[in-house]
Amino acid sequence: MNHQTERLYLYPVWIRIWHMINALLCLLLIITGLSIQFSNPSTVVKFNAAVSVHNVTGIILSISYTIFFLGNLFTPNGAYYVIPVKGFLIRLKKQFIYYTIGLFRKEDAPFPVNEENKFNPLQQVTYVVLMYGFVPFVILTGWGLLYPEITVKSFVGFSGLDLTDLFHIFAGFSISIIMCVHVYFCTVGKNPVSNFKSMINGYHESH
Amino acid sequence: MIYKANIRPAWVVLVLLMLFTLAFTLVKTSDTASEKIFQAEQEKPSKTDLSKFKNAVENENCLKCHGQSKYTYENPESKKTVTKRMFAELIMNRDVFYVSNHREFKCTDCHSEDYGTFPHAGNLRMEAKANCIDCHGGDEKYAKYKFEQIESEFQASVHSEKHSEDFTCWMCHNAHTYKINARTNENLKETITYDNLICLNCHSDIKNYQLLTNKIKPNILQKHEWLPNQASHFTNVRCIECHARNEDILVVAHHVVPKNQAVRKCESCHSKNSILYASLYKFQVRENIQKEGIIKGLLLGDATTIGPDKSNTLNIISLVIFGLTILVIIIHAALRIKK
Repeated sequence: MNHQTERLYLYPVWIRIWHMINALLCLLLIITGLSIQFSNPSTVVKFNAAVSVHNVTGIILSISYTIFFLGNLFTPNGAYYVIPVKGFLIRLKKQFIYYTIGLFRKEDAPFPVNEENKFNPLQQVTYVVLMYGFVPFVILTGWGLLYPEITVKSFVGFSGLDLTDLFHIFAGFSISIIMCVHVYFCTVGKNPVSNFKSMINGYHESH
Repeated sequence: MIYKANIRPAWVVLVLLMLFTLAFTLVKTSDTASEKIFQAEQEKPSKTDLSKFKNAVENENCLKCHGQSKYTYENPESKKTVTKRMFAELIMNRDVFYVSNHREFKCTDCHSEDYGTFPHAGNLRMEAKANCIDCHGGDEKYAKYKFEQIESEFQASVHSEKHSEDFTCWMCHNAHTYKINARTNENLKETITYDNLICLNCHSDIKNYQLLTNKIKPNILQKHEWLPNQASHFTNVRCIECHARNEDILVVAHHVVPKNQAVRKCESCHSKNSILYASLYKFQVRENIQKEGIIKGLLLGDATTIGPDKSNTLNIISLVIFGLTILVIIIHAALRIKK
């Protein structure tokens, strides 16, 4: 086991700024989203305020996502999101076993972070599903709710607006769950706070 | 060697987005196409089979003149056959009457027998029109329609208070054409349109509006300019939802309130305790559950407003998923700390 600390510059400035903004926007959207969903006169955030903040934050998130999207389309960072097909399930299983068993036995991580692999297989698939699945989906359905006139009137017998509403809430909920797990797994690093530090100074510390 | 698919997910999403836009445009076009078909179908004339109605033969004595836009008679003085136009208000369309709720009646059940002679006597014009409660009041058979409640709500409404005797049931409900709708129509949107057209018949038609007032007709679109997503509200919400006091008992509220008492707060509807849930929507949800079962009727039923979450089942499921996630995290963290 190599205990010497290696510092690896993995997170360029634009990603760190985007990540910070994205985190704040998501938090705001979750809080206001819950206030709207479970609104009643005694909610902490007032309904009117919650709707306005949710709308404005949603629009900013759309812009922020576009930057992320374009950034990963055209900069080298996008390569981290390309999942190698061959042997993928085996690697996924390996990582899963590490998180459920190996981690407690102080084993080495099966896919250590390096310049070529910023994400382990489990992270990779989660981030792809999140950033290229749920997030664009929640943004699209959000715009559909913001401008209900553009939403399709009916889809296979169901009201288009209701389905959009249901999908929006489903996607928002899924993102919230992933976010909880994401924040927790960030404590799995050299020490519980090192990964949080990385997102500030840009250097990944490995053991 | 690890095979690396050289396609970034962002490109995949971009392609999917384009496909989605294409599909969306197609669905949107078919939306408007189906609306056009619906309109065309409505314009098609239909023939009523008069032999099905026991009073139809007798009613033809009236309808041979009142059933269309013109009538013919022989002038006893000049012995000439005269054709004249029937007043629009006095035309009874057979196709509409024989599908209406009062289709089994004969004309003289409500109108004077004296109409049997032509030309009709002048004093017949003064004949009082029967109102709903005159026939339906205190009748066991109609108890479920709550005519008494409708009558008392109507008496308290701004329509009745401002215009007293001049404003009768007939202003909105023509006994010749009235057909029960809100309770029987499966299509919520059609019910909403049907109900709103009743209001718009006067509130967007100056000729009818000025029968009761000399006021200049208010511009409904302008008056509702403050309302976000106006078009969507107008097609998805009944006027009475905000302009009448919803008492929950009636499917169609009749207690129309003055405009300064109308609902103006978003959260009155877009919240857990939505007022929309009081009448039609509650009724619709109840019916949906009976007909379609819990899953399709309640969870995916079309009676809902954006914002409030009326599905407790989904709330509980999401809460359980969230709880389990947190539990797993706590167990994992505890095991890490222990080791």
